[in-house]
Amino acid sequence: MSLAMVVAIGVLFTIGVYLLLQRNLTRVLVGLGILAHGVNLMILNASSRFGTAPILDGREGPISDPLPQALILTAIVIAFAVTAFLLALAVRAWGATSEDFVEDDLEDRRIGSNRGGESP
Amino acid sequence: MSAELLPLLVAIPLGGAAISAIAKRNLGVQRVVGVVSVGAVFVLSVLAWLEADSGNPLEVDVGGWTGGVGIALAIDPMSGMILSIAMLLVLAVLLYAISQLGQDVLDWWFHPKYLALTAGVALSISTADLFNLFVGFELTLIASYTLLTVRSGGRQVRSTISYVVVNLMASMLFLLTVAFAYGTTGTLDLSDIVATLRSDNPAMLSVFSAMTLVVFGIKAALFPLYMWLPDSYPTAPAPVTAVFAGLLTKVGVYAIYRTQTLISEVDNALLLSIAAATMFFGILGALSQRDVKRILSFHIVSQIGYMLMGLGLFTLAGLAAGVAYIVNQIVVKTGLFLVAGEVDAEIGGSDIDAGSGLIKTRPWLAGAFAVLALSLAGVPPLGGFVVKFALINEGLVTGQWGVSAVALIVSVLTLFSMMKIWNGVFWGDRVGEGPGAKRGMRLVTGGVVVLSLLVALYASDLLEASLTAAESLLAAVGGGV
Repeated sequence: MSLAMVVAIGVLFTIGVYLLLQRNLTRVLVGLGILAHGVNLMILNASSRFGTAPILDGREGPISDPLPQALILTAIVIAFAVTAFLLALAVRAWGATSEDFVEDDLEDRRIGSNRGGESP
Repeated sequence: MSAELLPLLVAIPLGGAAISAIAKRNLGVQRVVGVVSVGAVFVLSVLAWLEADSGNPLEVDVGGWTGGVGIALAIDPMSGMILSIAMLLVLAVLLYAISQLGQDVLDWWFHPKYLALTAGVALSISTADLFNLFVGFELTLIASYTLLTVRSGGRQVRSTISYVVVNLMASMLFLLTVAFAYGTTGTLDLSDIVATLRSDNPAMLSVFSAMTLVVFGIKAALFPLYMWLPDSYPTAPAPVTAVFAGLLTKVGVYAIYRTQTLISEVDNALLLSIAAATMFFGILGALSQRDVKRILSFHIVSQIGYMLMGLGLFTLAGLAAGVAYIVNQIVVKTGLFLVAGEVDAEIGGSDIDAGSGLIKTRPWLAGAFAVLALSLAGVPPLGGFVVKFALINEGLVTGQWGVSAVALIVSVLTLFSMMKIWNGVFWGDRVGEGPGAKRGMRLVTGGVVVLSLLVALYASDLLEASLTAAESLLAAVGGGV
């Protein structure tokens, strides 16, 4: 694992987690996407060996471990599907409330105010 | 049956989902395809379970890839038992949903989504491989995201967003665990990962243990990771909530059982504290709510604590009691949400102030609720009592006084919050109008109630089967306790 790779993963995770903690749905979405990239790099780093493309056509030298690449492909497809779904959901939320803002739970606020507490 | 048939457990519902999507607005075809494929998976899983129970666990490496890099499916008494009962309830809820169609706003996409969910649950339970467990969870989750938004206005979208984001976060952690496990051990087979870690790198075993506990703890809604559940479940249509309540969190619990028993060096004090906190805070949430579905959703959380307690005791009898608890819980919880769906249809809302006096017009529904609620609270002679007794008895035998006391107190509080639903919705003058429950819905709810009574009648058989399942869990590590 090279140092550049480690730093890249760290940076991706930092940005991803920061964006995930925002109240703005679009930012959350982008954050999840970036986090997914960080995770994919982590899986790539889990390869047992690095080398040329894992195609058995008699070429020379060490070949890469193909399994993490297969795992990453699966993970990318899943992340893609979920991102598309979340985008559709964001559009629907926008249509319902004209806001791109994730709100508190109404029921929680109602119960909070029943107890004499102030509703946020 | 031969092990080569195991991939059919996943292939049949996935193929059914494809046919169902192609059939599009032809509801008749969709219904037949749905019932036939779920029924076929149920029959297959029972056959596999019986085979495994008689001492021949089934295992297959799909496509011939061995050595922890391919897709490995395995049915042992544990997975066979959970899979069979899960598929039976999936079938029941499908029939309920079909009879509800037309009065509910379930669109034609319901059937493909539901079958995809079935495939995901079947894969998660039957796989023996960490990455396929991830794929199974994702399949289940993506189907569940779309099912949650079947009919959604502004409120549903909001709660779905928190559900999706929390679960995606858990999925990222899961992938990190996969990367970590493969990078350290070079295999993805669950038992190989644990065996390699134990011999080469014992310190890393606890890292693996903690990571899987957090990941599956989010899916199973353990304290303090449960906040997404009561927020999102109640907003879905009744059959959807019923299948989520009965199955999804239990698949998470099943995964915790699988991984933690393999690792076998369990931190009992930690698990039992989490179990007690999950029971206690879950029931506190239920006590403060005034909506039938929300009260029941907090009960899901509370009951998860009992299942974890079985694991935390980590004796053969404790594990067996936990497994029996999971089986009973799948039946009872699904049944309660089916009742809640009927209540919704009768009084036109699920808030306990929305209507009352259902006992006058629907005495059988009130009876069904009473049986299921008392079973959940653990009142003799119902099934819930049998499994709870086995669990708490083992807690006292092993000297875990604290968690046993909490379990007993929470039982009383569970009964108390059930009384709230009873007084609000079933007792009093008949108020509240709704479209009314269809005959099919009543029949299915009745069937699930009968099933929960059968649990009590055949309690000794259930406990015996659970014991075999618990033995298979412990045998996987090649050692006892």
